[in-house]
Amino acid sequence: MRLPLPTLISALDRKLLRDLWGMKGQALAIAFVIAGGVASAVVAQGMLQSLAETRRAYYERYRFAHVWAPVVRAPNSLLEDIRAIPGVQAAETRIRAPALFDMPGMEEPATGEIFSLPDFGEPAVNEIHLVRGRRPQPGRRDEAVVLESFANAHDLDIGDIVPATIHGGRENLTVVGVALSPEHVYAIAPGQLVPDDRLYGVLWMGRDALAQIADQDGAFNEAVVRLAYGASETAVIDALDALLDRYGTPGAYGRDEHISDRFVSSELEQLGTMGNVLPPIFLLVAAFLVNVVISRLIATERSEIGLMKAFGYTDRDVVVHYLKLVSVMGALGCVIGVGAGIWLGRSMASLYTEYYRFPFLVFQADSRVYVVVAAITALAVGGGAAFAVRRAARLEPATAMTPAPPPDYSKAIGTRITNLRVLDQQTRMILRQIVRFPARAAFTTVGVAVSGGLLIGTMFFLDAVEEMIDVYFDVANRHDVQVTFVEPRSRSAYFELLRAPGVLDGEPYRTVAARLRHGHLEERVGLTGLPLDARLSRMIDTAERPIVPPPGGLVLSRDLADKLRVEPGDVLRVEVTEGRRPVLDVPVAAVTTTYLGSGAHIRIEELNRLLREGPVVSGAFLTVDDAAAVALYRELKAAPAVASVALQTLARRNFTATMDRNLGTSIFIYTAFAALIAIGVVYNSVQISFAERARELASLRVLGFTRAEVSYILLGEIAFLTLLALPLGAALGSGLAWSLAQAMSSDLFRIPFVIEPATYGYAGVVVIVVTAASGLIVRRKLDRMDLVAVLKSRE
Amino acid sequence: MRENRAAAPAPVPCFETSGLTKVYGSGPTAVHALRGVDLVLPERELVVLLGASGSGKSTLLNILGGLDRATSGRLFFRGQELTYATPSELTEYRRRHVGFVFQFYNLMASLTARENVALVTEIAEQPLSPEEALAMVGLEHRLDHFPSQLSGGEQQRVAIARAIAKRPSVLLCDEPTGALDSATGIRVLEAIKNVNETMGATTLVITHNATVADMADRVIVFSDGRVREEHVNEARKDPKELSW
Repeated sequence: MRLPLPTLISALDRKLLRDLWGMKGQALAIAFVIAGGVASAVVAQGMLQSLAETRRAYYERYRFAHVWAPVVRAPNSLLEDIRAIPGVQAAETRIRAPALFDMPGMEEPATGEIFSLPDFGEPAVNEIHLVRGRRPQPGRRDEAVVLESFANAHDLDIGDIVPATIHGGRENLTVVGVALSPEHVYAIAPGQLVPDDRLYGVLWMGRDALAQIADQDGAFNEAVVRLAYGASETAVIDALDALLDRYGTPGAYGRDEHISDRFVSSELEQLGTMGNVLPPIFLLVAAFLVNVVISRLIATERSEIGLMKAFGYTDRDVVVHYLKLVSVMGALGCVIGVGAGIWLGRSMASLYTEYYRFPFLVFQADSRVYVVVAAITALAVGGGAAFAVRRAARLEPATAMTPAPPPDYSKAIGTRITNLRVLDQQTRMILRQIVRFPARAAFTTVGVAVSGGLLIGTMFFLDAVEEMIDVYFDVANRHDVQVTFVEPRSRSAYFELLRAPGVLDGEPYRTVAARLRHGHLEERVGLTGLPLDARLSRMIDTAERPIVPPPGGLVLSRDLADKLRVEPGDVLRVEVTEGRRPVLDVPVAAVTTTYLGSGAHIRIEELNRLLREGPVVSGAFLTVDDAAAVALYRELKAAPAVASVALQTLARRNFTATMDRNLGTSIFIYTAFAALIAIGVVYNSVQISFAERARELASLRVLGFTRAEVSYILLGEIAFLTLLALPLGAALGSGLAWSLAQAMSSDLFRIPFVIEPATYGYAGVVVIVVTAASGLIVRRKLDRMDLVAVLKSRE
Repeated sequence: MRENRAAAPAPVPCFETSGLTKVYGSGPTAVHALRGVDLVLPERELVVLLGASGSGKSTLLNILGGLDRATSGRLFFRGQELTYATPSELTEYRRRHVGFVFQFYNLMASLTARENVALVTEIAEQPLSPEEALAMVGLEHRLDHFPSQLSGGEQQRVAIARAIAKRPSVLLCDEPTGALDSATGIRVLEAIKNVNETMGATTLVITHNATVADMADRVIVFSDGRVREEHVNEARKDPKELSW
């Protein structure tokens, strides 16, 4: 096709445009690989910025607390003392009460929390964002604002009633407003693994009203504090602990222990890791592709380069000419990549809003992101072209204008293997091509392997999450229901639960808030006592073995042990922060690695003994007969002693459903990214092979070889290299998965290194299909080849 | 043998064409490469096609060899019509019957001389062995050399060995000496003559070198897409006697 070109363009630039048009398939393939790198960088960096900036703005505007200080009950007058602590910029006291919700049309009880809002004005800390409606009026104990996710899950609107059990009493609360809160960006019940909007609710009531219901008249049970700029969080926490010690504080804590914020932070870390891994892979592949393609182009245009130089063009002109060519590819890749990145980023942002509730989450990448991405792309593409272009610049005009000698196959290392008599000549040609150009073959193999590896390394997350969920629910927590009492109760309360309708099996537990100290290190934990033969809820190590707390000691999760720098045999000081608040020295008996959560476990009898209490329990894990579950739920909803009911099996089902809904998108994106690389590598490799061998292939057709036989020579090489690439890709993918598992594990969870055979299989199939498709596109040229014209040319 | 055949009653010719035309393109830019060619080429003859470049001789060779199709007219190979053969039938025809030799050899750079010949013997029905074929062109001592290690004349002789190894019915040579100096060219022509005589393959040699015509049984001169002249040489010269 002739391009109509205005005369303004110099002859050399016209040649450039025609060259580009002639290699449009290859240029486009390279541009798409570049686009993959650019898009993944834009998405990761942009999403990171958007999420971080949104979080920052949200927290700022809604005065999200830096420190939480729970107490059993403290007088309101203490607020002045809290405000007076150096480093405190603003403080608020409030009431926070666990609640059970008996949602209309839902048999299961929902649990959650109710927070107080000041009767007049906005809270100085932890403001809510009213989506619609209004705040409760002062003194109205029947009015509440509902968290939006809970409202949406139950189709609640202004005027609807939420029946709630708070502090043992039943209240019918009228919804007057729907709100979001910076405290509940990731709305998850404490101690739960997965969010469930139906089963976990948050409500806000007027301060006076809630004080009456929760028996906190003139008092508060939580102080929340914002720090002054530059203030020391530790110092403020220490001051708060000292001030609130008399009022039964289990210890103040910062954002690093705030569950919602921890999930958001962990997401940001993961985005950062992805942003560091994906773009370099793409750009490296792009650099290699540019190198291969430009080398080939320069080899083809050898005599033209000689001619240009003979006419007086300088080396610099030649260099600039080819650099212009690759910059067009780079620029095209950048444009496509930025476009795709923004589009992907937007869809990702809307996906995020399903899990992370911000009043606004707009995907927006800083202009710096684009500048950096463009600069790195230029570097990669320029670097890729540099070697080949330098070779072009160095060509002597006289040498360049004589035709290049035929490639010498006699001295290639490894030729001996290709001499085997059993080989037919076509296979021999394929093998000789590989041993003659080993670098190119290696690059193609590695490129295809990288594509498969990338797919395995990303798809592995789905396996890992599934494994975590399976271990968590099927091995560690096999109960259907966890019941928590308002206060610790005697064992008879547990036996009563066992007799409730539908309960098949049960297991008591005792948990106390405690501070573990080792030297100057300190961690707040829930110390959990479990029976010796725990079957329903147990600590499970990464080998899926249950950990039985040995007598007379604690079992710590690995992350907790690392933070405290203890090993088995060390003695920890355990400061129990509730009840009689004993201080105990307990040895660490074992340390174990778990996928999820951190904690300290001990035998329940041992804990009872240490606390010098009788056989007391905090609640129980139950397995339930599905058929009788409704009756059980009814009884639990009506039981005043029950503070919360966590429905594990249901939560899991809902989480899996949400995951599955978004699974398609993830798989599509991962596959598309991997396919980009495979297409770029395979298409270019086969195209170059075709260009170099067109004459030979045409000769073979003339000699009477069929299309299929000639295709075998063209595609056999890529097929062979792809077969080599499959195991290599599996190894690369495993390595990538392993390092990502390490990099992305946080104290919230340890990502297991698990890759299902199906994931390897899927990656293999994708690579084979993409390779075959790319190969067949080039093969069509074989069908259209003009045999006569090819034979007449002298190469 | 030659004389006997000439006396036989109406033998079926190797090739017979009637009114062959070939037009490339259409409208005002159309190029008429062949403007009606009628030929009868008997079996076993060595035919030299002479003509300036653009005269249509290569087009004719390509059509005879099943590489290209005529725009109109008819073509028979041993009495069988090839005019309407499908691409796969043409492939089969080339595979079974035709040996090609080109100006630029068209060897596989990645295969040795022996392997280049084996490429063809592996798909042929009753081939010579690669060693026999290479011996016929005097290259029995260069079996395991790659094209990059052979001279131009040697490469062309490998190409001839490759073409004849399948015992083709016809051997089509397009400017076989075009890229060679005179001495080397003569060695190549000797090889062609040798093959024609010992194997009995009908041989067509295209050249613009009129001297070569002296070694032919029949000389056909092309001009402007037509046969301008056709004559039978009473006495063939040996290539050794040629010079240019």
